[in-house]
Amino acid sequence: MSRPLLEMRNITKSFSGVKALDDVSISVGAHEIRALVGENGAGKSTLMNVLSGVYPYGTYSGEILFNGTPCAFRDVGDSERNRIVIIHQELALISELSIAENMFLGNELARGGVIDWNSTYHEARERLNIVGLDENPATLIGDIGVGKQQLVEIAKALTKDVQLLILDEPTAALNDAESEQLLQLLLDLKTRGVASILISHKLNEVVRVADAITVIRDGRVIETLECDGAGQFHEDRIIKSMVGRPIVDRFPARDVAIGAELLRVEHWTVYHPDHEDRKVVDDVSISLREGEVVGLAGLMGAGRTELAMSLFGRSYGRNHRGRVLLNGQPIELRNVTDAIDHKIAYVTEDRKSLGLILSDDIRRNISLPSLTKISRGAIIDANREVAAAKHACKRLSIRSSGIDQVVERLSGGNQQKVVLGKWLMSEPRVLLLDEPTRGIDVGAKYEIYTIINQLAAAGTCLLLISSELPELLGMCDRIYVVNAGRIAGEVAHREATQQSIMKIIMTHQRKKNEEHTR
Amino acid sequence: MNGLQAFFRSNIRQNGMVIALVFIMVLFQLLTGGILFRPMNITNLVLQNSYILILAIGMLLCILTGNIDLSVGSVVAFVGAIAAVLMVRMELGVGVTIIVALVVGIAAGMFHGVFIAFVRIPAFIVTLAGMLVFRGCTLVILRGQTIGPFDGVFQALAAGYLPGRGLEVMGYNLVAVAAGLLLSIYFVVNVMPARRSRAKYGFDTLPISIEIGRMTLIVVSINLLTLSLARHNGIPIILVVLLGLIMLYTFITQRTILGRHIYALGGNEKAARLSGVKTRRTMFLVYTNMGLLSGVAGIVVAGRLNAATPKAGTMFELDAIAAAFIGGASASGGIGTVVGAIVGGLVMGVLNNGMSIMGVSVDWQQAIKGLVLLAAVSFDVYTKNKAHRA
Repeated sequence: MSRPLLEMRNITKSFSGVKALDDVSISVGAHEIRALVGENGAGKSTLMNVLSGVYPYGTYSGEILFNGTPCAFRDVGDSERNRIVIIHQELALISELSIAENMFLGNELARGGVIDWNSTYHEARERLNIVGLDENPATLIGDIGVGKQQLVEIAKALTKDVQLLILDEPTAALNDAESEQLLQLLLDLKTRGVASILISHKLNEVVRVADAITVIRDGRVIETLECDGAGQFHEDRIIKSMVGRPIVDRFPARDVAIGAELLRVEHWTVYHPDHEDRKVVDDVSISLREGEVVGLAGLMGAGRTELAMSLFGRSYGRNHRGRVLLNGQPIELRNVTDAIDHKIAYVTEDRKSLGLILSDDIRRNISLPSLTKISRGAIIDANREVAAAKHACKRLSIRSSGIDQVVERLSGGNQQKVVLGKWLMSEPRVLLLDEPTRGIDVGAKYEIYTIINQLAAAGTCLLLISSELPELLGMCDRIYVVNAGRIAGEVAHREATQQSIMKIIMTHQRKKNEEHTR
Repeated sequence: MNGLQAFFRSNIRQNGMVIALVFIMVLFQLLTGGILFRPMNITNLVLQNSYILILAIGMLLCILTGNIDLSVGSVVAFVGAIAAVLMVRMELGVGVTIIVALVVGIAAGMFHGVFIAFVRIPAFIVTLAGMLVFRGCTLVILRGQTIGPFDGVFQALAAGYLPGRGLEVMGYNLVAVAAGLLLSIYFVVNVMPARRSRAKYGFDTLPISIEIGRMTLIVVSINLLTLSLARHNGIPIILVVLLGLIMLYTFITQRTILGRHIYALGGNEKAARLSGVKTRRTMFLVYTNMGLLSGVAGIVVAGRLNAATPKAGTMFELDAIAAAFIGGASASGGIGTVVGAIVGGLVMGVLNNGMSIMGVSVDWQQAIKGLVLLAAVSFDVYTKNKAHRA
């Protein structure tokens, strides 16, 4: 066997004491498409960020050999000069600039600082031909679709004479035809001597193009599956490898009698706020009962957050269709105030930019949605506000120097508890929880689970969105599986396993693809 | 001693500008050979700065939302012009004129508010346009000329005094002296209940010795002010108006739902909307209010000059913006207080007045004011960073 193009040896990378990568070794050949699969947070992106210099040399341990020479990248520019290019999920294109300008950004064809436009356009057109994109290089990036933008990113990588291309979820935002074109391009590039590392959740695509699949879980390489002679992998085998960790008892037990149906959503459809013809939530019907914790499982970008936010007073999307019934009565939720009035609350996944007023103190953050409750007319009753804030701090054991501490200075877990406290103060009957334990430590997680159980016991119905399947399995009475904006299936607590949920997603994805090709 | 140090360290940001103001006052008192604190000059300081302070209150609210308003100087001139046309050309009464003038101010504010809050055009652009529009309309209405004089009652609003001429003892106006004493009693009586309620809520309270020191300082300054006013003509009417506005807007910003919504909107608009704050309506109200206060300032300016002129109010917006920033407001929104903006305005006012007495040319005054603004905000940023690291 010839010398591999890339070798990463014993890579370990920690974030404030937590190992995101633990002694990871991987090698990729020169004519290879390698897929990296694993759950959210398994460490795939971290590994690629180490490789591309996003995390500079010295912030991790282990060594990287590229073409046999050791590498010590200080930044992304460094790795690009060594012909390793990473294309992130969020594209790094500037929509006000043209295709050609974007392709040569930071790498301009210039003499003495003056750009040579003729050769820029000429070179741009040549690269665009390779990737099969028939667009005028002078077209603005903002005027072409996401699929074509993805191709421009690859063309841009070609201007850097790329030898190893890393793609992080390249097809997440693409439709099937666009995905197909992209995957074909990767195969073409392979024959031109460009190797790729492909991070993807879409196993069907991975199985089709990859020469080998490396499964990462909890920051470790679990195994690398070589493509057998017939070009076949077993998806089941991959899924098992991806999720196969034993479930420890990390969740407090709950013994709650589930009551009558409280919230019912029928044929809920929501369109993307910018792309008017793109359905983000597609004909979703769900029902929640009193005292029930219902999970929403799905991959990133499946439309779970969008579903919850659109229900919460149309905070997301446009052209909302369908009905929402509370206690059997149809209700109109035109804005957040309507939702709050109907005792519906939404705890955001993005506490810093959507959940908190960081410059304000704990007291003011907690009382914000419930000010009318503690006011006489327009005037806030300071006594009641302080009492409510103190109550929340005690109930959620928020650790702070006092209720007048600015929330910016709190730790992530305590910030999350403030967001939760602010919505508990509104005394919701329906609580939509979006990744309520993301980025917080195990102890705080347990405390939040306990609160969820208390709320359920008090008859609140809860919708729990989480990308951590074990969390859903541990906490939910019932789980809806969401894929591509639709409900792909529903599983009861006792039938739910990680494998069954992944299976539902994959089956739905395959059906959708088949529908499309038919 | 430890408590005192801790107090100054923890409150340096809130109290920094008050200390700076006192320092500047003492400095100019010395540099001007005692002219600064002469009764007549104190009265002048109040009259000269009243309209900037009124505008600073409204501007603070705009800055709290993370924006500014560049149009206020033009709106001031426009309202003055309307008032002049009504009173001088059409010979209407004072009451009608004032009401119409205030309504015109509100309408100008609503004009900006619609474009900022509902059409979603950046406030900078909308109010830049408003600045040109209302300055132009002023010139049109006045036909490029100065119109005056106004009725005596109209003038009195800006330049008159509370009655009390007959009640003078040894040259001191008794109404002013009594007002000072009453205010002092009010503050002293309120200290203990305020302390108790802070303690009840579990907030830090100042050590009693510092509390008494602070109290003494406040009482002394109130009485120094009223006594020197008493030596001159008594209490200016505009001072009463100004104090009323300061108290009203402090109440609105600190104690009402609307005030809380303004801070939330400026602190994080998306989070505020997801918490049920009607962000557009709040933004609209803030700019409408700026129009109202510009109207008040327009009446005061016209009354003080006793004429409406095409050039009235030029650069007022910048003074008001500077006052709010010197007073600790944050350009990114969500941070700042009405009292802070007033202190900031007074810093600028004393600088102006002091330098004028010293005979510093207007050109240099501008440059120095600019540097003070920069220094104040740098100080703010510096202490904020330091607090973060701690």
